[in-house]
Amino acid sequence: MVEIRWHGRGGQGAKTAALLFADAALAVGKYVQAFPEYGPERMGAPVQSFNRIDDKPILMHCPVKSPSVVVVLDPTLMASINVTAGLGKEGTLIINTGLDAAEIKKSVKFDGKIFTVDASRISEETIGRKIPNTPMLAALVKVTGMLDFDSMLEDTQKKLAKKFAHRPEVIEGNIQSMKRAAQEVKSA
Amino acid sequence: MQKIILAKTGNEAMALAMKQVNPDVVAAYPITPATEIVQIFSQYVADGEVKTEFVAVESEHSAMSACIGSCAAGARTMTGTSSQGLALMYEMIYIAAGLRLPIVMADVNRALSAPINIHCDHSDSMGCRDAGWVHIFSENAQEAYDSMIQAVRIAEHKDVRLPVMVTTDGFIISHGMERIDTLPDAEVQNFIGKYDPLMHLLDVKKPFTIGAINLTDYYFEHRRAMVDAQNNSLKVIKEVGAEFGKKFDTGYGLIEKYQLDDAEVAIVALGSTCGTAKVVIDQLRAKGVKAGLLKIRVFRPFPTEEIAKALENIKTVAVLDRSDSVGGFGGPVFTEIRSALYGSAKRPQIAGFVYGLGGREIDMEQIEGLFMDLKAGKVKADSVSYLGVRE
Repeated sequence: MVEIRWHGRGGQGAKTAALLFADAALAVGKYVQAFPEYGPERMGAPVQSFNRIDDKPILMHCPVKSPSVVVVLDPTLMASINVTAGLGKEGTLIINTGLDAAEIKKSVKFDGKIFTVDASRISEETIGRKIPNTPMLAALVKVTGMLDFDSMLEDTQKKLAKKFAHRPEVIEGNIQSMKRAAQEVKSA
Repeated sequence: MQKIILAKTGNEAMALAMKQVNPDVVAAYPITPATEIVQIFSQYVADGEVKTEFVAVESEHSAMSACIGSCAAGARTMTGTSSQGLALMYEMIYIAAGLRLPIVMADVNRALSAPINIHCDHSDSMGCRDAGWVHIFSENAQEAYDSMIQAVRIAEHKDVRLPVMVTTDGFIISHGMERIDTLPDAEVQNFIGKYDPLMHLLDVKKPFTIGAINLTDYYFEHRRAMVDAQNNSLKVIKEVGAEFGKKFDTGYGLIEKYQLDDAEVAIVALGSTCGTAKVVIDQLRAKGVKAGLLKIRVFRPFPTEEIAKALENIKTVAVLDRSDSVGGFGGPVFTEIRSALYGSAKRPQIAGFVYGLGGREIDMEQIEGLFMDLKAGKVKADSVSYLGVRE
């Protein structure tokens, strides 16, 4: 079973990213869980959401404490929150940042794999707003190889088409942002 | 029959079940964390996907009042609420049961104020445990979906005719997305059948009075008849659960035993904690610890005999209560089970643990610790303690 923790701020789509990832994993036959941590529900407040993905039914309904992957939607959170809590040396940390890899290595006390991608810039250029969740979802799928990237993209497109039926430009922007994030994500 | 596999939150699953039941009337008022059930259902109404008359009321008291009116008029009626909303319904909750109206309600279990809190515990529905409703708890979104469908059959059964409440754990299940197997609309419709009330107010050929005053002359007899209806529902719940299993592969009973038959130590729990406990039990069994779980699915009617039998060979049992009976000796599940065991010749040592109030998390380490304490004889029999609280 793979456990994932998403860190973001209220409004950045950490919950939606976890839901989209679960939906995409379901589409390829996995058992899934996606759930947010419900605390202060306001724009800008630190929020977390979680995924569990497995090949067999997932029975537990307790918090994710030792994730194998952590995705950080907002790097400014790292000044106040230990985003690597419970993440073992075998784990993977994926950060939305424009900073180069070496700088990140210096500021994060983590020996596992670190990947970076400037998802905020990508989303601004493709969607027109800083909504880093879908490009970070793409980066997650790309670097972990947990799901087939093209199937995930196809499934997400379907889900977005349902949600934004009256705003097709949002769908196209998201898909472009995901393709670019998959190309631009790099190892630190 | 091909099932449709979806990723759904508990709330989405319950709203979907309501859509497929396609009731005549839904009267509801939104409240966290049950809001989505009503919100999603009202979208189905707006989109013309159901033929339901949706009554947007101004309070939960009005919601249950409208449900009582519509159900008495012969309409298949459903609603959903949580916590303070259920508390505000309280007056009408007793009336719904007393008038023997087969209303089906989704209740998302949430703590009661004060202090104000939006997270899970079972205080809200436990507060209604003596009202005459059938209470069905759900471990996960799948069970919530399946039980909402079965609830219609149970409530409307001629030997029961009582309202049924199906609950999920607030946020943990209501807002957690999981994989669930859903049924085609037609299968749900075939399973629940057409509602054919024994009598209803709009039947002008058979006029009758409903809600008449009963003083010392008949009140007691009417309440006594409700006891029979509750007792009858034990059999009906099992029959409906078995038929559901026969048709759709997953059967349901009053309780579920997990690795229990040869267990030395066991816990008893309701709701989502049962899933976590199962994972812990698998891990402990791999280490040679004979641990087991008794999950109570149906809390009203209380399956006294089945539970006493299921626990008779266990050495030590911890009963987990996600609500407290303040000033009583233990939470409601502990009290019921201890009472159920009193008449057994063989019975386990038993201790009560109140946990998880106001959404306080329970994790696998805590459950494992509890099992190990039971095994090591560190749990004092006939004691009540509080798990995971700062004291």
